[in-house]
Amino acid sequence: MKGNVDTSILLSDQKKSTKSVVADYLKKVFADVGGITQFAMRFFKEMFLPPYELKAFSIQCYKIGNKSLPLVGITGFIMGLVLTLQARPTLAEFGAESWLPGMVALSLIREIAPVVTALICAGKIGSGIGAELGSMKVTEQIDAMEVSAINPFKYLVVTRILATTLMIPLLVLFADGIGMFGAFVGVNIHDHVSLIRFFHHAIQKIAFIDIIPATIKTIFFGFFIGLIGTYSGYTADNGTESVGKAANTAVVMASLTIFIVDMLAVQIIDLLH
Amino acid sequence: MQVQELPITINNDLTKNVIQIKNLHKKFGNHEVLKGVNLTINKGENVVVLGKSGTGKSVLIKCIVGLVIPDEGEVIVLDKNVQNIRGKELNNVRIKTGFLFQSAALYDSMTVRENLDFPLRRSFKHFSAKEREDMILEELNDVGLSDAIDKMPSELSGGMRKRIGLARTLILKPEIMLYDEPTTGLDTITSKEISELILAMQRKNKTSSIIITHDMACAKLTADRIVILKDGVIVAEGTYSSLENSEDGWVRSFFNN
Repeated sequence: MKGNVDTSILLSDQKKSTKSVVADYLKKVFADVGGITQFAMRFFKEMFLPPYELKAFSIQCYKIGNKSLPLVGITGFIMGLVLTLQARPTLAEFGAESWLPGMVALSLIREIAPVVTALICAGKIGSGIGAELGSMKVTEQIDAMEVSAINPFKYLVVTRILATTLMIPLLVLFADGIGMFGAFVGVNIHDHVSLIRFFHHAIQKIAFIDIIPATIKTIFFGFFIGLIGTYSGYTADNGTESVGKAANTAVVMASLTIFIVDMLAVQIIDLLH
Repeated sequence: MQVQELPITINNDLTKNVIQIKNLHKKFGNHEVLKGVNLTINKGENVVVLGKSGTGKSVLIKCIVGLVIPDEGEVIVLDKNVQNIRGKELNNVRIKTGFLFQSAALYDSMTVRENLDFPLRRSFKHFSAKEREDMILEELNDVGLSDAIDKMPSELSGGMRKRIGLARTLILKPEIMLYDEPTTGLDTITSKEISELILAMQRKNKTSSIIITHDMACAKLTADRIVILKDGVIVAEGTYSSLENSEDGWVRSFFNN
């Protein structure tokens, strides 16, 4: 009898703890969503108010854009090359190798280059912003700016979000170009096609409607990478552990958001078609 | 514990209050850190705040510059109620209120020159680049670190960082200085140098100061008046010598080491 009572208490405790863990998790998720929404609203408000941090913005564009070029370039080249090599045997079965440039171009521009480049940038740029701002928060540098009558939100947050929003689409366009060159190299491993002929075939298959929605999508990717990176860093708790946590949260949340935005974008583009 | 009514000696005969804190309360979650603090700082006066760790000393000075918003009470700095002002008005109070952080809080990505130039350029837009450079050199000379002008914060020792932090704060010519444990983490000799520097800068710039410290040598050297915070309220107040000889054993315990 005593044993039965103990088991029921244990089971009830276990149920309670599972319930409370789920409740705590949901509470945290809602708090984060609310926090990010407020943070985004503050961004839109402060973005239009002077003074405009043009120098800090251009420095961030350089850091985010220029310094990501090698990584994005290498990834883009490999994407194009691998996609060509993987797709060629299947197309060859139907004697449709001539479709290869167009197919690769469409895949890269519409989906692969935007998503893969955005994921790479979420890892490189998002985590970098999260760690940098988290470290500034922990070492009281953000407070130091505030007490020196400098608006840290405008100087640190607005400039970074604007820079990612502008630079990610440009990096994706760069990845598209390099990816196409990778595809050209991939085609020439088996066949001999001139660069002009390859691009002529590729461009024939691309319509304006393929490029514009894909580029608009990348603007949102860039915005969310910047927003989530700055939010995780700016709201980091005090303590060195929180710097790592901020960087990690920035990557995980930004990557997840990229997939969600991509899914929504595909649905919207489909409706427009 | 009773608040000790002891005679207070003030350096200057000016009796104008630069900071008035009235019935200040601040709670973090369920933990009430400040439970009704009342404190007045007179012009030209150096007040040292003592207390055990976690008694709300840092929260108190963060309320003065609006970094922490109190739940109840008033903080009046240079005749402005900090809770009621925003934007430009709050920035004006902040420029006149220097804050030296415990970690010095130098901007890691900037050189020493840029660390000093950054707040100066933004707060005093009318200064030319040459004028700003002269002011930076003067401040660095005052803290004895003009050679470090092109160094990065990572290349500086703890004491040097504190000096640069002090120079960065003083370059805005504040009327009030708030020091959050300025000698923490430094050796005895460097601590003494920083304390002497605080005093020298206070005399040169005629600032009023609140100094939070656990370093009794620093307190002895810099304090015109000492207040002791316990459980969120001020429990003792007086000069160094009067509190050192206090009848209260707990108050005396601060001075016994």
